[in-house]
Amino acid sequence: MALIDLSRKEVHCKIVYYGPGRGGKTTNLLYIYNAMNSNVRGKMLTIETKGDRTLFFDLLPLNLGKVNGFDVRIQLYTVPGQTIYEATRKLVLKGVDGVVFVADSLRVRREKNIESFNDLKKNLVDYGLNIEEIPLVLQYNKRDLAKSAIPTLTVEELESDLNSELKAKAFEATATKGIGVFETLKEISKDTIRYVVKKHLLADI
Amino acid sequence: MNDLVLTAPVLEEARQQIENALIKAGVHTVLLIDDAGNVVANCGKDVQRFDTTALAALAAANFGATSEIARLIGEDDFSLLFHKGKKDSIHFARVGPRLILVTIFGDEVALGLVRLRVAQLTKTIEKIFGLES
Repeated sequence: MALIDLSRKEVHCKIVYYGPGRGGKTTNLLYIYNAMNSNVRGKMLTIETKGDRTLFFDLLPLNLGKVNGFDVRIQLYTVPGQTIYEATRKLVLKGVDGVVFVADSLRVRREKNIESFNDLKKNLVDYGLNIEEIPLVLQYNKRDLAKSAIPTLTVEELESDLNSELKAKAFEATATKGIGVFETLKEISKDTIRYVVKKHLLADI
Repeated sequence: MNDLVLTAPVLEEARQQIENALIKAGVHTVLLIDDAGNVVANCGKDVQRFDTTALAALAAANFGATSEIARLIGEDDFSLLFHKGKKDSIHFARVGPRLILVTIFGDEVALGLVRLRVAQLTKTIEKIFGLES
C-alpha cells in the first residue's frame, strides 16, 4: 500500500525482505546502509535483537530520487525469519508494495526455504495480495559457500523449489560481501516503482 | 488494500484541524500515520526533534502487535493506546480502518483533555479522508 502525497509530490513504497531465519535479510540491509551515501539514506532502525536474530523488524529508509517530478522514497523492512514469529512477520508485511525473498543456499535449509515461501504466499493472500501480481525478486544468498566443503543447493535446485512457476527475477548473492545485494535492490525498486506508478497513472512507464 | 493518495486540500484541512484541537491545547507533537508505518502529516514545533520515519514505523507496529493481543483475549481491536513517560507521554488512537493518530504531550497537559480532543478529532479526520463507516 503505497502512500502518494500529491501536495509534496512524494511517493512512499514499502519493500519487505522475507525469508527463512539466518538467511541474510538483515545482512542485505546492513550492507546497503553502509554502502550508501548518508544524504540518500535515513537512519537504520533495528529493534532489540537476541543474538544475531531479528525479533521484530529492521527498517532502512532510502531516497531514490525523482520519477516524473515525484520524489521516490522507499522503506526497506526485514521480517524475523524463525517460524515461531509468524504473527510479527505478518504484521510487517502489512501494506507491502514489493517483496525480496532471500533464500538460504545451505542444503540443510532447503525445507525452511520452502516453508518460508509458502508462509509468504499465505500471508499475502490474507492481505488480499497475490504473489503472482506483487513485485517479487528472489535472492539466492550465501553462494560463496558453494565453493566450500559445506553442502549447498545448486541454483537449479533453488529455482525448481521456489521459482519453477513464478519465474520471478532471481539473483545469486553473497550478502556479507555485498555481491548481488545492489542488483537485487535495483531490480525490486524498479519493479515496485513501476507497479505503483502504473497503478496510479502518474506516468507512462 | 488500496494505496493512500493524499491531495493538498485534504492534508491542509487535516493539519488545520489537528492544530486547532491539539496543538492549541498544549500538545507539542502530533503525527498522523497509516497502518503500514508511513507519515501522512506531522504537526507541532518539536517535530524536528524526532526521527518521524522510525517513530511512525514503530507506532504502526506497536498498534498492530496490540491488535493481536486484543484478538487473543477476544476483542476485535483496542482503539487507543497510551504510554506514560516521566516527562512526555504518548497517546495512539485509531482513525478509521487505515490511519493512526499519534499524540505526544508533556505533563502539563491532562490526559483527559487529550482523550477528549482526540475522540472529537478522530471523527473529523475520518470525514476529511472519507473514512467514516
